[in-house]
Amino acid sequence: MMNTWMPRRIATTLAVLLAAALGGCASNAGGSGATSGTVTSEADPATITVFAAASLTEAFDELAAQFEVEHPSVEVVLDFGGSGTLAQQIAEGAPVDVFASAAEPPMQSVVDAGLAVDPAVFATNTLELVVPAGNPAAVTGLDDLANSSLRVALCDVSVPCGAASEQLLRQQGVTAAPDTLESDVKAVLTKVSLGEVDAALVYRTDVRSAGGSVEGIEVPDAASVVSRYPIAALTDAAEPATAAAFVAFVAGAEGRTVLDRFGFGAP
Amino acid sequence: MARTTAHAPGRLAWPVAVLAIAGLAVLVLPIIALIVRAPWADLPELLVRESVIAALVLSFGTAIMATAVCLVLGVPLAALLARATGWPTLPRRLLRAAVTVPLVLPPVVGGIALLLLLGRRGLVGSALEQWFGLTIPFTTGAVVIAQVFVSLPFLVFAVEGALRSADRRTELAAATLGASRWQVFRHVTLPLVAPGVAAGAVLCFTRALGEFGATITFAGSLPGVTRTLPIASYLAMQTDPAEAVALALLLLAVSIGVLLGLRDRWLPGVRG
Amino acid sequence: MTATDAARDGGAAPVRPSLHADVEVARGEQRIAAAFDVEPGHPLAIIGPNGAGKSTLLAAVAGLVPLSSGHVSIGSRAIDGLPPEHRGIGVVFQDYVLFPHLSVHDNVAFAARVRGSARAAARAAAEPWLERYGLADLADRLPAQLSGGQAQRVALARALAADPEVLLLDEPMSALDIEIRDEMRAELATHVREFGGATVLVTHSPADAAALADSVLVLEAGRVTQRGALDELRASPATPYVERMLAASPE
Repeated sequence: MMNTWMPRRIATTLAVLLAAALGGCASNAGGSGATSGTVTSEADPATITVFAAASLTEAFDELAAQFEVEHPSVEVVLDFGGSGTLAQQIAEGAPVDVFASAAEPPMQSVVDAGLAVDPAVFATNTLELVVPAGNPAAVTGLDDLANSSLRVALCDVSVPCGAASEQLLRQQGVTAAPDTLESDVKAVLTKVSLGEVDAALVYRTDVRSAGGSVEGIEVPDAASVVSRYPIAALTDAAEPATAAAFVAFVAGAEGRTVLDRFGFGAP
Repeated sequence: MARTTAHAPGRLAWPVAVLAIAGLAVLVLPIIALIVRAPWADLPELLVRESVIAALVLSFGTAIMATAVCLVLGVPLAALLARATGWPTLPRRLLRAAVTVPLVLPPVVGGIALLLLLGRRGLVGSALEQWFGLTIPFTTGAVVIAQVFVSLPFLVFAVEGALRSADRRTELAAATLGASRWQVFRHVTLPLVAPGVAAGAVLCFTRALGEFGATITFAGSLPGVTRTLPIASYLAMQTDPAEAVALALLLLAVSIGVLLGLRDRWLPGVRG
Repeated sequence: MTATDAARDGGAAPVRPSLHADVEVARGEQRIAAAFDVEPGHPLAIIGPNGAGKSTLLAAVAGLVPLSSGHVSIGSRAIDGLPPEHRGIGVVFQDYVLFPHLSVHDNVAFAARVRGSARAAARAAAEPWLERYGLADLADRLPAQLSGGQAQRVALARALAADPEVLLLDEPMSALDIEIRDEMRAELATHVREFGGATVLVTHSPADAAALADSVLVLEAGRVTQRGALDELRASPATPYVERMLAASPE
């Protein structure tokens, strides 16, 4: 829960809170879909739960929406977070149908636990420098991350974007002076878009989806560190057929189109 | 009525007892699970890791500072709140709502709110940076501020309860003996509510110790500077669940230790 | 009568000013109005049924509730604009309202303490008062460990140790067990006489009024219905309440 919030939703959240404070309870409309449960197969709504890495947030919102259009009886519930946390939750028995990780080790831990087989890499990502709109600290390259007078945020090394960042920085011989090591890439991006840090390393897809509040700066050798995103339907999925269909959809041509648009590379 | 008097006083009706036990189970069972699943064999090695010790020291230091700040600001605020009973309805309710907000606000949102106030581009933070070159986020001070934000209501409400149950006439008696308002507060009000203040401080400290969302959002997460025990535990969950559980146990042990240690000496119901 | 004689003849008692009050107070819907003058050494008892506004009247004189209108002065000094801590009025509260967290010694030393004495000096200054009111053996006790009579003595010592010009007593006997009231009433009368300043007592008991006061003011539903010496009231009761009250309490 803590790890699924997104910068663009913060304003909404604050507005909702304000409304709740002023007007009493904010009603939680709807709830999970109808549980008619009595008859037939075709009209019976199926709900699948997808755990996806935080960096997939925008792309998967779109993919899920398209998938639901193609399968009107299916509802896709998305939960985003740090891949390691999600893997941990799956290992502890979270009722999940599909897992999409931002790196291979978390997926491997799920496979090792016997909860998934044959994960497929469906997307790749590379890192990019990100600065607040207007680049107030005049950041030009990776070397600036070593400047202790600049405010720098990185992902913690325990999460995939942090591991990738560390690898890239080591390759480039940069000793970064971070002011904070965040728990997921979206948290890093929030700090940048609020202008609290001068520079950070995030996935290029995050820069693209963050909109106008941040600017990306290409890192020349970023392609040398490629993050690979595996996806798998889980072995004890409640809706195995639908889960498999969703995985195929994401890894297929339609999924590729969407992922391209959000800046993810092909496997 | 005759039937009820046949019961020994203090015995609970069975539905109450059953629900009370269920309530206790809700609180205790997760903790038991945590203890049962803890990597006891590896614990000695885990607990002396540099990262763990750094987080422990930071957490303790900041929670103590936050508690001190809460005492200085919270006791007067509680006095104001207790005294506000004579106010018109609207300002009284607004005051109470203002004190309650951090309790209902998701801490992460609280952290964002603090950034919007005290961050570099925040309402106050931008001025602080411009005039004094002072920036607050990503400092240990920011950890303390985040902890104060979330834990202050606990102290305020504990002290307010004590103030309400204290006999206000003792304050009047002190005034007739020549005590100024400040002396009344210092020599009568404060000692009378001391048990409530102590209870509030303990709650405040434990809440500050466990604070996560507002801290990671407002203060960030840097080992030794802003990475407190709960944040370290959360991050460890990504790669090393054993360490995460060890950190959680440490947090639990410290909190329980504080609660038990202070219980008899400071909490209400001692005198008399 | 003996009370006034003793005060007049005592010689040692300092010359103290009189109390003048002409006040109106609002308590919810009720308005309470009364005017009275009290000379030093001639205690006044305000007597009346429950809810008549007696205690509110006393609190208004002490500055503990605001006046709607009127004035209060001690001698030539107007005090109605002053906060309670600057009025020079000592109060013995109903139930005594001792400071529960302080020992008997520190209760009595309180006034000296808040006037700036160091703790040791304030405690030393309190010692004669402890002696005088027979509290020396109880000095280290907490109020919760005192009997009603002991608590009354502490409350009186605490108020008088502040060296007030005027003493107000709110139902001083009501917290005491019935068996010891007569004894305590006589003791209290002695202490009030020794104090010698203007004294106002609130009670609903003619026996208290008889033992402790020279004159009586009857307050009913916020209004003064009769005033005078108890004998005068007895001779010609102005209201049914006065008549009933005095009938229930034989001379």
